[in-house]
Amino acid sequence: MYGRKVKLRFFFIILILITLSLSVFLILKSLEENVIYFQSPSEIKVLAEVKKNKIRVGGMVKNNSISVQSEELKFVITDFKNEIMVTYSGVVPNLFAEGKGVVAEGYLKDKNFFVATKILAKHDENYMPPEVKAAIEGK
Amino acid sequence: MASLIGSYSLFFGLGCSLLVVLFSLKDLKNLNNFDNKILSLTFLQFLLVVLSFFGLIISFVNSDFSNLTVFNHSHTTKPLFYKISGTWGNHEGSLLLWLLVLTLFIFLFLIRSKKEPKKYRILTILFQQIIIIGFFIFLIKTSNPFDYIYPVPKEGLGLNPILQDPALAFHPPILYLGYVGTSIIFSSVLAASVSNYITKEWAKHIKQWVIISWIFLSLGILLGSIWAYYELGWGGFWFWDPVENISLMPWLALTTLLHCILVLEKKSILTSWVIILSIATFTLSMSGTFLVRSGILNSVHTFANDPERGLFILIFLFTLIFLSLFIFFFFHKTDKKNTTSFFLLSKETSILVNNWFMMYFLAVVLIGTIYPIFLDVISSQKISVGPPFYHKLIIPFLIPFLLMMAIGPKLNWIKSELQNKFYLASFFVISLFLSFMIIRMLEISILINTVLFASAFYLFFITLRDFFIKGFKNLAQNIAHFGFSLLILSILFNNFLSTEIITNLKVGETYQSNKLTINFEKIEKKKMQNFEAIIGKFNIKNESNFIEILKPELRIYNQPNIVTSEADIKTNLFSDKFMTMNLVQNQEYFNIRYQKKPFMIWIWFSVLIISFGGLFSLLKKRYES
Repeated sequence: MYGRKVKLRFFFIILILITLSLSVFLILKSLEENVIYFQSPSEIKVLAEVKKNKIRVGGMVKNNSISVQSEELKFVITDFKNEIMVTYSGVVPNLFAEGKGVVAEGYLKDKNFFVATKILAKHDENYMPPEVKAAIEGK
Repeated sequence: MASLIGSYSLFFGLGCSLLVVLFSLKDLKNLNNFDNKILSLTFLQFLLVVLSFFGLIISFVNSDFSNLTVFNHSHTTKPLFYKISGTWGNHEGSLLLWLLVLTLFIFLFLIRSKKEPKKYRILTILFQQIIIIGFFIFLIKTSNPFDYIYPVPKEGLGLNPILQDPALAFHPPILYLGYVGTSIIFSSVLAASVSNYITKEWAKHIKQWVIISWIFLSLGILLGSIWAYYELGWGGFWFWDPVENISLMPWLALTTLLHCILVLEKKSILTSWVIILSIATFTLSMSGTFLVRSGILNSVHTFANDPERGLFILIFLFTLIFLSLFIFFFFHKTDKKNTTSFFLLSKETSILVNNWFMMYFLAVVLIGTIYPIFLDVISSQKISVGPPFYHKLIIPFLIPFLLMMAIGPKLNWIKSELQNKFYLASFFVISLFLSFMIIRMLEISILINTVLFASAFYLFFITLRDFFIKGFKNLAQNIAHFGFSLLILSILFNNFLSTEIITNLKVGETYQSNKLTINFEKIEKKKMQNFEAIIGKFNIKNESNFIEILKPELRIYNQPNIVTSEADIKTNLFSDKFMTMNLVQNQEYFNIRYQKKPFMIWIWFSVLIISFGGLFSLLKKRYES
């Protein structure tokens, strides 16, 4: 029969393989659950159903749409074809302004109404998030 | 003038590279004498790049807007300090800095490696020069910092205001010392494989380079994290943002390598593993540069989206990977006689097991970072991967990882019995009990958190005890492990005890909750050199009627015209009080965020301790020899 050393090595390789496949499985499964999709207002309009998971919506902040109360902030995200109403209670980044690009993360209430949990910061006035650019250009 | 000198120095520097390659190839054939010309040329090359770098700094200081880089990233009203730091606050300048560090390191390597075999030294120079030549060509061809414009503009475009910050002035140079330090490890490991020199002596000699890069990389990440904490206004220190992940990946690989080198030094095993890790570390550093520079990942690090640049780095990267894999498979011969002596309970096994954990963490971060890019390319679907992904996959595995970190160093090399089982077990029981009491007070889910806290406390107590009992033995390692336990504990407490209030207030209004009131007393305006500041004054009264005054700031910069908010942070040993305010366009309301973040300073402090562990091991070696 095989020697002890061969058996040990065989055992070792099996152990590595099991660990590897287990961790790959874990990572992929968790990835599936925690991915946040990006959608433009137009894409949301044509959704078959409104799902409960977290998404990101991006586009331009519509002119004259920002209104602030003491508890929350409301504005409209538009991609110039469709628009969506957003409510948010939290801190907005400095470069959040009307007529500028924005990405909001949160949950859809229905196809016209979005509850944001986070407004994403931009670092630079010249910089437009590529998702927003694509959403506005209608790609 | 300064630009001109800088520009020519670059060409001469490239010339030096070619000469060094030429002489090295000649020397390879005749191994008896080491050509002193190589050393002088390497030094000359370093001086030329320094000259070029100073040329750029002087152009920035003098606001020489005939230089395109200066025009794009500077402004006459900018304070002198940020004129200088603006030199590396842009794509071209930062690459020049990268090159500077590359040439510095090869020069230092040459001086510090006089005792090593000649063939190995010459090969290391050759490999390093390949990298240097690549960067010279990249710099000169696609991103020359000395391009000029005509007619000369009167005023520059200015530096992105959020980069005008002391922490960010030092973050790139320090991070680069870490990143680029890995290039020496890479060249050296390739040279050692070709010349069959992966031995204990080699491990001893390369270990210091690994530790130096590791210290700088840790400090560089720390600075970036501190900056993000107070400048971005979210009040967190790590966001699992792709750009952060990209600096974490080489750090994980480098930390793993550091531990493997120790095994190699003592036992001359794990040679293939060391080679793979060295190659991986440098590749991760390079691909990090590629991802942030090419504009694939968007962040404050993306200076300009030029596809040509991305393509160049990508091709260069693949050439290096291909070269290194070729060398690994064709030159590296594993020593058969050393593969047997592995026992289940020994120091090397425990290091190896923790290596696996690190590789798993690395894989998680890698997949979370790369997958969105990958999906975008194949299906143009835009996704992002949030923090829950990382937390869920990493936190549970921290438990065995921490326990191993505590017990592993107690074992002996080769074959070992666990001694002092009694105190090891009793410490664990104490940690478990302590954690259980804390968790009950915090009212969070009991099982996993208790075990997590317990394992962190366990490492904490065990390392603490060793300071007193073992004294100088393994002190460096003990300091670093102690720092790590402190880091995890501070992060956990910080995470569970942080509180936050977000509200919108007009001037004069007061926010009330049952715990505290925030009174927005007034705002005042102040004119500074290149920005106008709006400073808010807030009185925060807590339950015991103690009033704290916080003054967050809004800064309206003149060029480029950007508003940034400066958090006001009151730090003490136990907690940070953190406040930012924002003005929403055309509204009277100010957007206020007030946070209480316990043990914040301990997070920074523990990373310093970890790095100090590395520094101590270097110093100790100096002292001993």
